[in-house]
Amino acid sequence: MSDTEVISAERKRAFSIDLKAMGPALALLILCIIGYSLNSAFLSEGNITNLLTRSAFIGIIAVGATFVITAGGIDLSVGSMAAVISGVMIIIMNNLVDTFGAGAVTVLIGCGCSLILGIGAGWINGALTTKGKIEAFIVTLGTMGIYRSLVTYFADGGTLSLNFDLRGTYRPVYYDSFLGLPIPVWVFIGVSIAGWVILNRTAFGRYCTAIGSNESVAKYSAVNVDRIKTATYVIQGFCVALATIIYVPRLGSASASTGVLWELEAIAAVIIGGTVLKGGYGRIGGTILGALILTTIGNILNFTDVISNYLNGTMQGLIIIIAVWLQRADWSKKKV
Amino acid sequence: MEESASAPKCVLAARRISKSFGAVPVLFSVSFDVCEGEVHALIGENGAGKSTLMKILAGFQPPTSGDILLDGEQIDLPPNGEAEDLGIVLIHQELNLAEQMTVEENIFLGRELTSRGFLDRLTMRRQVEVLLKQVGLDIAPTARISDLSIAQKQMVEITKAMNRNARILIMDEPTAVLTPSETKLFFRQVEQLKKRGVGIVFVSHKLAEVKEISDRVTIMRDGQWIGTKPTSELSLDDMAQMMVGRELSDLYPPMNEVDVDAPVILGVENLSTGKVKNVSFDLRKGEILGFSGLVGSGRTELFEAICGVVPVDSGTIKFDNEVVNFKSVSQARNAGLSYLTKDRKGKGLLLLQKMAPNMSLFSLPKFIKNMMIDQKAEEKALARGIRRFDIRTRDADIRVGDLSGGNQQKLLLAKMMETDPRVIIVDEPTRGIDVGTKQQIYHFIAALAAEGVSVVVISSEMPEIIGICHRVFVMREGRMMGALTGTEINENEIMRYAAGLKEAS
Repeated sequence: MSDTEVISAERKRAFSIDLKAMGPALALLILCIIGYSLNSAFLSEGNITNLLTRSAFIGIIAVGATFVITAGGIDLSVGSMAAVISGVMIIIMNNLVDTFGAGAVTVLIGCGCSLILGIGAGWINGALTTKGKIEAFIVTLGTMGIYRSLVTYFADGGTLSLNFDLRGTYRPVYYDSFLGLPIPVWVFIGVSIAGWVILNRTAFGRYCTAIGSNESVAKYSAVNVDRIKTATYVIQGFCVALATIIYVPRLGSASASTGVLWELEAIAAVIIGGTVLKGGYGRIGGTILGALILTTIGNILNFTDVISNYLNGTMQGLIIIIAVWLQRADWSKKKV
Repeated sequence: MEESASAPKCVLAARRISKSFGAVPVLFSVSFDVCEGEVHALIGENGAGKSTLMKILAGFQPPTSGDILLDGEQIDLPPNGEAEDLGIVLIHQELNLAEQMTVEENIFLGRELTSRGFLDRLTMRRQVEVLLKQVGLDIAPTARISDLSIAQKQMVEITKAMNRNARILIMDEPTAVLTPSETKLFFRQVEQLKKRGVGIVFVSHKLAEVKEISDRVTIMRDGQWIGTKPTSELSLDDMAQMMVGRELSDLYPPMNEVDVDAPVILGVENLSTGKVKNVSFDLRKGEILGFSGLVGSGRTELFEAICGVVPVDSGTIKFDNEVVNFKSVSQARNAGLSYLTKDRKGKGLLLLQKMAPNMSLFSLPKFIKNMMIDQKAEEKALARGIRRFDIRTRDADIRVGDLSGGNQQKLLLAKMMETDPRVIIVDEPTRGIDVGTKQQIYHFIAALAAEGVSVVVISSEMPEIIGICHRVFVMREGRMMGALTGTEINENEIMRYAAGLKEAS
């Protein structure tokens, strides 16, 4: 390499860092332009609102996943966890109708139970990983199967439906708007801001990054590695519970097929957003964009006939692979 | 180079090599050559450009200008280690072995012998057995790399290079992690390689070893070629002086005596852990205590137990007259006890992160304001550390992994001092760093002790233990062999205790 080449390589490097941070935003922008050029209704207020609301579930879960992955872990159980939480939540609320009526009290108790279940389930994943010293992949693969079969068992192979009167009470949580934005979107915004602050501005976030970069260094630097790692799974569980709370009123039911493949969509959103899968570097902003990108792809396919809607998964898969490929290309360049 | 005109046969030569990274020049018209059957040592402070020169010689980086000659003919070395096919092998400081594979699999990795499309394991094993015997390495070809000691791994690397018919072996600080006895064994192998006509480039900070093993020495400083001379014409002082470009008469700081009535701050009685057996000692305020012994004598584990990294089986630890049993590093830190690891890349620093987050990680609770990290305070702390410990870097945004070893060590010291400790334990504080930085670190340690901080220095380098410590404890196989004070602190006494020839009753 000659002098000038080295310099241009360094410039490229500086540029590519920007590109990496801007990449997901750029991709989303391009998708929006494509969507709009194919069908101008894409940018209508109704569709944008719909898109944001749909993104909220995966987005909220993915914010939790960002913590787990940044700290070097992985949680495959989130989809099943969402399903079992919605199932148990519906059973509890249905049983409470006789005692507390079909009012807000029942719904609030249901939501409380959901949060407790989420935190508990997350803690189990975390404790098995840290105290049990089993790889996160294996632990959460196991709990994924357990939660999925539990919801099937509770629903007796069918569907658990929310009491009809309760649906009326609970419905606004998904369908109502506040200041022009649906409530799930507000929850998404809240979780995103809180997530960003915690990851980037608190000691806890710094510890997550340190553990993901090098667990030994963290340990020798007085970081309580087990506690922090467990906490990331608890945050993940909490986020799943929040997503469930806004998801249940949408359909008012839960079944064995609730939340199928959510874990992969959440992980995909995190990775598209630029968080490194092996840990040590996390970006909440990227995760949010990642979730929006995934939903937008599906939305565009719904809107147009160019590509069959059945190929949604293909498009998402391609985007994930391209995103990681771009990241890798960047890493290797920096290493030389 | 004129000096080499009379030498036997030059295999690899670099002529007027310059190298710049971007606008930053790191090598200025450096010439270097290595001949058949000689050991050519390359010495210089950290950042002198040794690593860059080595990488250029092995083809890992192209020179910005200048020529590489192989057997007298100009050549552009192929990149990414393909120069191995030409017989030029670079052995990195971080060994490149597949940890989960066996010795024989590693030695033949990438050039496996096959017969009819299947691996010819039998032939490979036989060849490996012969090679291992030649190097005098007593391990099975089927042993897993992860089960070997660092010294053995190094030998495997060399065996691997020999199996590749290496004509030139470039070794980056091969003895940095070896014990004295392992180093001796290693040198015997080097002699054998020499006899087989292999030319060896030997990079080291241990000048005594350079003196012992090399035929010629090339000294570099600040990217410049300072000189190439037959080793016999240079004394250790000459080498050191040429490296740093100034007199190094005060490598060790003057010793301040500890106050006679200085209180004991750390008292350990009959401490046992998995590896440590029944160890007792005490440390007074402002004292520098040396812990000597061979690698693996249990010194690190002893202090990891005291600092809460590994569990204590039995015994009592008194810190500031209170019995303590730290369950975690954070408890020890809060009490004022900080341990600086010897493994700065594996356990000390986050290599992919910048300096500021590394600096504050150990003492992060101190940087919390209203539940958030006070980034201004972090920056101030970094500026303070850079000033106090003379960390030299062009750019504060550099990744820590790109700092030189000496600067990394200084950053680690700064990171530890941010916890405001009363007792610090520094484990191999000068491993793999150059003479100039070593001198600085010795002065930092002495200054801290003078301020009233108590210091434990764990080191396998006897001169530094002798040069800076008030008292010295020697350990062997997990046990305390003896304590030395005053004039007893000399290499002879320490060695006798460390080797088990003498033991205090």
